[in-house]
Amino acid sequence: MILLVDLCYEKDSLSQYEFVHPIFDTLKRSGFSSEIRHFTELERRERERFDRIVLTGTALKDNDFAERIDLFSWLAECRKPILGICAGMQVISAVFGGQIVPQPAIGLEAISIIRESALLGEPREIEGYHLHNYGVTLPEGFLLLAGKPGEVEAFCHPARPIFGIVFHPEVRNRWIIERFAGLPF
Amino acid sequence: MKLGVLFSGGKDSVYACRRAMEKNEVACLITLVSENLDSYMFHTPNIRHAKMQAEALGIPQLARPTRGEKEAELADLEAAISAAKERFGLQGIVTGAIESVYQATRVQRICRAQDLWCFNPLWQINQVDYLRQLVSEGFWVIISGVFAYPFDESWLGCALTEERIRILEGLQKRYQIHPSGEGGELETFVLDGPIFLKRLNILSSSKTYANFRGFFTINGLQLVDK
Repeated sequence: MILLVDLCYEKDSLSQYEFVHPIFDTLKRSGFSSEIRHFTELERRERERFDRIVLTGTALKDNDFAERIDLFSWLAECRKPILGICAGMQVISAVFGGQIVPQPAIGLEAISIIRESALLGEPREIEGYHLHNYGVTLPEGFLLLAGKPGEVEAFCHPARPIFGIVFHPEVRNRWIIERFAGLPF
Repeated sequence: MKLGVLFSGGKDSVYACRRAMEKNEVACLITLVSENLDSYMFHTPNIRHAKMQAEALGIPQLARPTRGEKEAELADLEAAISAAKERFGLQGIVTGAIESVYQATRVQRICRAQDLWCFNPLWQINQVDYLRQLVSEGFWVIISGVFAYPFDESWLGCALTEERIRILEGLQKRYQIHPSGEGGELETFVLDGPIFLKRLNILSSSKTYANFRGFFTINGLQLVDK
């Protein structure tokens, strides 16, 4: 069972249809079960029920989650596979010592995968959908998987199955979500 | 949050409006009346009747003309959104975009420039499931235009029913069409639904069709109490 952490500004918001349901539907169609929980209502006992975790994106103007990074401190000790998408990547970066920095981008753009990984595969160029006002700096020790140092498109933890991607895989790159769900960890 | 819905009167803007009304306050509908039948951004068949649909929904409408030229229409859209923001105190915009990155990207940029939230509550929805949802929730949707092979004249003016959805599902498998018409294959017009305070009744209409391209034009329309 996969936990989808809804990072939108409120529980059951209008944004949930746009940033959470497409991930839920992608997983469902690939045969993976998932449940949605808002980031403000996650309790430790409940988190333990899930095998892996996806932190979803938010609307362009929605940065409330970044004011509540304390609610995500549990990620630092979590040993389960984690995928952070856009806002979710910002959360991972902040929890592991990186910074959330202004870096607006909207629309389809070329993404350079520069390092082979279980999630994104071999180095190559793909097209990804950007929708963010903020990007991240690479937390110390994390590996850059796509983009460049001042423009992090994707990263991973050096030893644990923790990934972040700033573009939205639910648009034209659903294979990334499916691959994360099926990775043998 | 007070929202304005980009409203063409087709099923996607109507259903996006429904979702927005369930979560927030829809303060107005914003309609761009395009003179270009091949508009990149805006639904065109029967757009003049969006005014009566707004009355049926009981929501104020702000309509603006646009010549519908590729990038100039975006300036017209931004001006309309800006006017609606000021008049109705909007905090966000809602669109019925499903898969069109072209549309979504441009509206997102306008909202960013206008410091408005942008919501796309149908984004990436499974199109066949969505069509079934429309029918099961009681939306009365007709096909008001067809613009691609293999749609024949029988589609013009017909209601979206389970039988038609099954045909669309088959066409998706065979020809890779977008069953909801997101790729411009077809256009729709909504006559009734659970958010309508009154329903619409077509009094007169006409059809034009040639080479897999046709319009069902509504000439006379009236509001009917429910």
